[in-house]
Amino acid sequence: MGYFSNIFNGIKTLLTGMSVTGKVFLHSRKGTITQQYPDNRKTLKMFERFRGEVVMPHNENNEHRCTGCQKCEIACPNGSIEIIWDRKVNPKTGKKKKQIDKHIYHLGLCTMCGLCIEACPTDAIVWAQNYENAVFDRSYLTKVLNQPGSKLMDGVEE
Amino acid sequence: MTKSIHQWLLSFMSETATSITEMVLIALVYLAIFAVAGLYLVLLERRVAAWFQLRIGPNRVGFQGLLQTMADALKLLSKELTGTDRADKFLYNLAPYFVIISALMALSVFPFTQELQAFDINIGIFFLIAISSIGVIGILLGGWSSNNKFSLIGAMRSGVQTISYELSVGLSLLTMILLTGSLQLSEIVEVQKNGWLIVQGHIPAIIAFMIYMIAGTAETNRAPFDMVEAESELGAGFHTEYSGMKFAYFFLAEFINMFIISAIATTVFFGAWLSPFGITESIPWLGVFWFLGKTLILVFLMMWFRWTFPRLRVDQLLTLEWKYLLPINLVNIVLMALIVWLNLTIQL
Repeated sequence: MGYFSNIFNGIKTLLTGMSVTGKVFLHSRKGTITQQYPDNRKTLKMFERFRGEVVMPHNENNEHRCTGCQKCEIACPNGSIEIIWDRKVNPKTGKKKKQIDKHIYHLGLCTMCGLCIEACPTDAIVWAQNYENAVFDRSYLTKVLNQPGSKLMDGVEE
Repeated sequence: MTKSIHQWLLSFMSETATSITEMVLIALVYLAIFAVAGLYLVLLERRVAAWFQLRIGPNRVGFQGLLQTMADALKLLSKELTGTDRADKFLYNLAPYFVIISALMALSVFPFTQELQAFDINIGIFFLIAISSIGVIGILLGGWSSNNKFSLIGAMRSGVQTISYELSVGLSLLTMILLTGSLQLSEIVEVQKNGWLIVQGHIPAIIAFMIYMIAGTAETNRAPFDMVEAESELGAGFHTEYSGMKFAYFFLAEFINMFIISAIATTVFFGAWLSPFGITESIPWLGVFWFLGKTLILVFLMMWFRWTFPRLRVDQLLTLEWKYLLPINLVNIVLMALIVWLNLTIQL
């Protein structure tokens, strides 16, 4: 009797498949996932895990969380990150401390692997969701992530 | 309108010349209409595919993308016709014409309305089955003469597939012929004035319809039976080496064949131009609307198949035909014969 149950099962599974796609077809008006990009440029939001470029968030007092430990620089497989640092006296404690001068990020070299962000112990660098990264000159792709005059946020190093 | 043209032609030509001219005129009209219709079927396929996959589909060229396939056709027209080294040039060039001409010839016998039927021969169904299987010769020629392994594999698969499924198409239509007692399409429609054949023949007719749709999809080499083209393994199968307008002929023929398979189903199972319950019987020209409506629904069904089911392997394909469809079909014919013999048909 395997023969007839095969036929029956075949028809049943075909109909199941067709009902699934049929439902999708009927709801396609609402559920369309296509983004008509240049038209909806103003409203288009990238999804949370999108890897646009590496940025360093600063708070309102122009403070970042980067201690200059250089773990990101070591983690980067193709040298996209260079950190220029210095030892300076911390005015509060009076001790000499390592501080970043410039956190240089070469977007043109970056493969968006995300190893630097995983390596960062203080979550100083994160992914940004921007996607329009085309520029007319290669030199624009070299970016300094810390803003001029910024300093380390209090309490990050403890 | 046809009468006035006939009179006007007769006024300066002999009887024979007139009839030849009329044939040429009708052929040109059909050619123009169905070339455009084929293009719009391509567009329909693309939009429907997009909707099945939660996309939008082509909607930029013209209103809602209505001119998209026209633009594509113009692009294909202007492209260079390339070919492979040491291809069999004569057969290579002949193949697309086989495919497209057999597709267009089949269109001539469909009864779009009571009057609008170009060629009402008494072996209509037989003619359709015969013509629709000539197309495979074009595919075989194309694959053979391209001097390309993938093309040849694709063409051979097409041969296997079409020869197998031709049988099911023929037998499922034969089941319905038992009911009508005639091969002539206009008479088949005439019989259906007492209810469409799928209603008249109830159970065996529905089984025959299902078998016909499966075999018809295989016959047009569309997914899930598209091993002939099997993009993932064969490039584009038999038309890998074709470009420009020759490729467009293959492409157009595929869509016209889909239309033909649906139109045969409409004629044989769903009463061709007859309106449901005779609601527009007093307006005969609305028949075109009903015919095309029913055909498009069946075309949509075939597209639905395509975007739902995964492709079969060759052995699965042959198992389906020879172990399932064919025996069921033969039993079904006997069943239908019994039903006709015992007068168990449903007459509305």
